[in-house]
Amino acid sequence: MWVREGSEVERPSWAPVDVDVSRPSSARVYDYYLGGAHNFAVDRAVAEQTLRLMPGLDQVMRLNRAFLRRSVRMLVRSGVTQFLDLGAGIPTAGNVHEVAQAENPAARVLYVDVDPVAVAHSNTMLAGNERAAALQADIRDPKRIFDEAQRGGVLELDRPVAVLMNFVLHFVPDSDDPEGVVAVYRQLMSEGSYLVLSHAGFDSESDPPSGWASAVDLYDREVSVLHFRRSDRVARLFSGFDLLEPGVVRLPLWRPDPDEEVPGDAHRYLGFAGVGRKPCR
Amino acid sequence: MTGWTKQRVPGMRSAVGDEVVAGVEAFAESWATAIIGTSYVPMTKAEVVDHLRGLTDLLVGALLTEPFRTAAAHEVGIRLVEAHFTGTETLDRTIQLMGDELLGELRRDGDPVLYSRIAALQGALAAGYAQSLRERTLDEQEAIREAVLDARDHAEAALRASEARFRAVFAEAAIGMGISDTDGNVLEVNQSLQDMLGYPASELRQRNLRSLMHEDDVASVWEFYEELVRGERDHFRVEKRFKRRDNQSVWTHLTISLVRDDDGRPAYQVAMVEDVTDRHLLQNRLRYQALHDPLTGLPNRALFLERLGKAFDTSVVSARVGLCYLDLDGFKVINDSLGHDIGDQLLVAVARRLDESVSGDGMLVARMGGDEFVILMEGSTGTQSIVDVADRVLTSLTGPVRIDGHELSVSASIGIVERAIEGTTSADVMRDADITLYWAKADGKSRWALYDPERNAREVARFTLSATMPAALERDEFYVDYQPLVRLEDSKILGVEALVRWQHPEFGRLAPDRFIELAEETGLIVPLGRWVLRKACQQARRWLDAFGDATPFVSVNLAVRQSRDPALVADVRQILAEAALPPHLLQLELTESAIMGTADEPLEALRALSDMGVRIAIDDFGTGYSNLAYLRHLPVHELKIAGSFMEGLRAADGADPVDAQIVSTLVSLAHALGLTVTAEGVETPAQAERLRRIGCDAGQGWLFARPGPPDHIEPLFS
Repeated sequence: MWVREGSEVERPSWAPVDVDVSRPSSARVYDYYLGGAHNFAVDRAVAEQTLRLMPGLDQVMRLNRAFLRRSVRMLVRSGVTQFLDLGAGIPTAGNVHEVAQAENPAARVLYVDVDPVAVAHSNTMLAGNERAAALQADIRDPKRIFDEAQRGGVLELDRPVAVLMNFVLHFVPDSDDPEGVVAVYRQLMSEGSYLVLSHAGFDSESDPPSGWASAVDLYDREVSVLHFRRSDRVARLFSGFDLLEPGVVRLPLWRPDPDEEVPGDAHRYLGFAGVGRKPCR
Repeated sequence: MTGWTKQRVPGMRSAVGDEVVAGVEAFAESWATAIIGTSYVPMTKAEVVDHLRGLTDLLVGALLTEPFRTAAAHEVGIRLVEAHFTGTETLDRTIQLMGDELLGELRRDGDPVLYSRIAALQGALAAGYAQSLRERTLDEQEAIREAVLDARDHAEAALRASEARFRAVFAEAAIGMGISDTDGNVLEVNQSLQDMLGYPASELRQRNLRSLMHEDDVASVWEFYEELVRGERDHFRVEKRFKRRDNQSVWTHLTISLVRDDDGRPAYQVAMVEDVTDRHLLQNRLRYQALHDPLTGLPNRALFLERLGKAFDTSVVSARVGLCYLDLDGFKVINDSLGHDIGDQLLVAVARRLDESVSGDGMLVARMGGDEFVILMEGSTGTQSIVDVADRVLTSLTGPVRIDGHELSVSASIGIVERAIEGTTSADVMRDADITLYWAKADGKSRWALYDPERNAREVARFTLSATMPAALERDEFYVDYQPLVRLEDSKILGVEALVRWQHPEFGRLAPDRFIELAEETGLIVPLGRWVLRKACQQARRWLDAFGDATPFVSVNLAVRQSRDPALVADVRQILAEAALPPHLLQLELTESAIMGTADEPLEALRALSDMGVRIAIDDFGTGYSNLAYLRHLPVHELKIAGSFMEGLRAADGADPVDAQIVSTLVSLAHALGLTVTAEGVETPAQAERLRRIGCDAGQGWLFARPGPPDHIEPLFS
């Protein structure tokens, strides 16, 4: 009726998303950089190509994953038991629920990703885990995510929650108002909640890593458009939150492990991170 | 996903000494440094060292234990992968480090047995690592493919669900829906549309949209449609009639939307059709009710004004419009005496007669309310056509109307306006028709009057004058001129007539005929007359002071209303006293009708004035109807013969015998009654000579002097 043979009526925008594995996905490229095999040839080809243009990119991804581990562990130790992981990607080593539940088995996690494959895999992996689940949603739709999270029963959002936005907001263009999106989350979060955020970018005073421009071009073209932002801009995303020490810093500089040797050129690493807390009035 | 053990090989400590413990520790440190960063491992460096210490224990245990077995090294390879040491360089560096440093750290360099055991352990570790990584990779590949399938299933299920929902929406919608291609071939229709049009889907699918055209469709519907099909318009919404299979009409709200393909080319059109027939009929009925008079069924005021407005919207330059504004004569009497029910029935009967006597294109009969009707003639060709209509209407009303045993005579007055549309407005036409109707009433009813712009201008001017007169009196815009009354015998000036003038700021100098009648109508004549009387008396007093016995009397006109003013005598007495003027120097002029028509009281007033010594004159004598028998009893001193009789005496060579006889008779009559006679309007010496011969006492007119200010006539006094 709607679709006649030979030609196709355009699918309404709210219909289920397509599953197209002929194109690389940022979740699977990320998995590849972390050493996973949850990826396809198209993903690996782009990942390798990008890496050749910008050696050390895989290192940045691993630093981001390490920041995730450090921040989650820190938050669980300060009593946070609920996590909303936005742009969670494909489950791999050091998933949030593993890190958190290793510290506190009562910790609860809801993974959110726009990639239906990542979500399908998460759900398979989490089957039987009452304290973790995955939801397919666009992070630019905070109200829907909070509604579904509340309805799903994994999280109790009238209590503090840590909202994680690791390496995801750089996929949101300025035209979609990333500050505004974060502000809506802030309004929805109860007092005492946390925002954990990391974001690709560099400041003008430090040289961008060699080859970054062509690497970004390639990534934009093949995977998803990246929006690099400077640290002051990243810090602005935390407005309304009290930034925890040391503020918005390069990924490896955010509360390194005590025995960790921070590399001397850490200030040139591509990407910033920070943790903020919604104050109690 | 993670899983590592901190468990050490049992019995190690007893078998080896502190040297081995130190060696294990040192190797684990080096190992950690070598492989951290080769892939992502969710551990701090300390945790990595811890993990690798356990693995080193296993390796060292195998190395130093008899009998020598490599299974532990195989296990180490597996556990590396389990900890997510999955990078390609991890194994490379591990194997290299084992060969380079393990025996050295254990202080067992150069031991050929251990050296060959190292090689065996390296092989076992590599095999375990490769096997584990291969399994892990295959598992993960399997998992991601499963995930893709799951995600696809999920998406397809959701799509199927949404398609099912849509099919349900389409099929079950109460609104009629249809889809056709851009050529108009109907592809799908839902049940509602089939019901609405009375065709089964199979029949509709064989039809083209264009075949659903209705003969009454406005052109724009199909213009919009063609634009849509060409892709110039994405949707349009119209009210349209369809013909059902049973030939009945169904009114609909129709919305047609264009659906484009991926390249933006028109692909389909989707029609949504809502049956609004009931609403449409109701609207028609409501509209009819809103535009018609419920009593007579004629169009009402609103519809009339709408049609009149439309008539003025025409682009035809020479277009004309005609209008009859009709009002029944004496309808109120019928209503009041016979009751509203009879009145209403009379209106219905009149409406029917009007309707029957007016027909044709562009003609409209409407009831404006009460007993007022209008007849509109669009495209009038001239005055005569609308006058003919008015005549027909008046004729149609002549026959009596029978209602409930009453035989009622009815007549109407009609105001007619007929003019070109250009340069006028519907409001002008209405106003002028209303005025003209008033004229028809004022002219005697049961007739029509045709709008006359000059009459209207006069009336407007009259209205303006009468409205500004009170203020003019206060602002001293009036003044008085004087004209002598001359004794014919010796040209001595006996008296002067005071004549009021109005120096109007807008219209200039106005003679009395322009405003006295108005002043009579409005009643302002009383204060105005009093003002003239006072001015004249004051002037006479000044003359008395200047000329003594030669002073003429002043003759002041008294209007009808003034003569009936109860305060007249007191006013005159007071004014004379104020001016200190002897009463015999004042003459009051009244018209015949003012004197003859009076009842007793005014007559009393005249007697009182006469007794006071004031002279009384009858003005314009001979133009009214005088009771000559009565005349002798009136307190009158003088007759003024109207100027109209002088016409026949004007010519130098012979007078009109009739006029001459009349004047002669009037003079004789006056003298017989003991009255003096003044002839008005004397303009030629011949007239004066004839009058003198007839015996007329005095004359007044241009021959002697025109009316003027005091200083113009004073030289004539001596």
